[in-house]
Amino acid sequence: MKVSEVVNLLEAEVLTGEESLDMEVSAACGSDLMSDVMAYVKENVLLLTGLVSPQVVRTAEMMDIKVIAFVRGKNLPQSIIDLAKEKGIAVLRTKHPMFISCGKLYSAGMTGRGVWD
Amino acid sequence: MSDGIIRLKFDILPNDMSAAGEASSGVKKVLNQLGVEPQKIKKAAIAMYEAEINAVIHGGGGIAEVVIDKEYIEVKIRDEGPGIADIELAMQEGYSTASDEIREMGFGAGMGLPNMKRYSDKLVIESEVGKGTTVTIVVNL
Repeated sequence: MKVSEVVNLLEAEVLTGEESLDMEVSAACGSDLMSDVMAYVKENVLLLTGLVSPQVVRTAEMMDIKVIAFVRGKNLPQSIIDLAKEKGIAVLRTKHPMFISCGKLYSAGMTGRGVWD
Repeated sequence: MSDGIIRLKFDILPNDMSAAGEASSGVKKVLNQLGVEPQKIKKAAIAMYEAEINAVIHGGGGIAEVVIDKEYIEVKIRDEGPGIADIELAMQEGYSTASDEIREMGFGAGMGLPNMKRYSDKLVIESEVGKGTTVTIVVNL
């Protein structure tokens, strides 16, 4: 699935990383615990989180995660967006909560493959 | 990769969660430039990042010394924090002494040390209560 399709499905705003819209993401991980993301995510995935912290971007950087979607319409400080931009990580924001966001992506064929297996 | 051994040193600032990860990010960049296999870079970056976070939140900051050789990368992170009384307990998944503030940042789930172990080829933790902790992570390249 292309990032642009994720944007459509989640009715998301692209806060940075317009150039990533054509990129393919095949799997996703939804978590507010960055240590869990580091423990279990294996392949490059889309990260969905409700946690607003620069450490989300840092974690994504270490994990080679290229797209982060912040759920529940969280307000993001510019510093987080700037850090993501510097690291070449796309940032999306959706008003949908975590469960609904994951459900929309899963229904459209996105899997957790590469996260748990 | 060149034949030379690369040595890097970073200061880890205490209680500054916005800067936490800078050292690991710097090392990741160097490994990328050296053309190291991405999976190995990821292992080293994650293990070091967890150790760096620990130094920030538990150790009152510290120093990271990194040696990159042809065969391996060694990351040594030293702090002068409270130390770990029971390392075996601290190694258990889910065990954490982190504050609520740290949990709000997405850490403190008791996965830090287990993650370091998971992603390193060798992990040595030396700690003395009241003196500090030194974590040595080796990832074979």
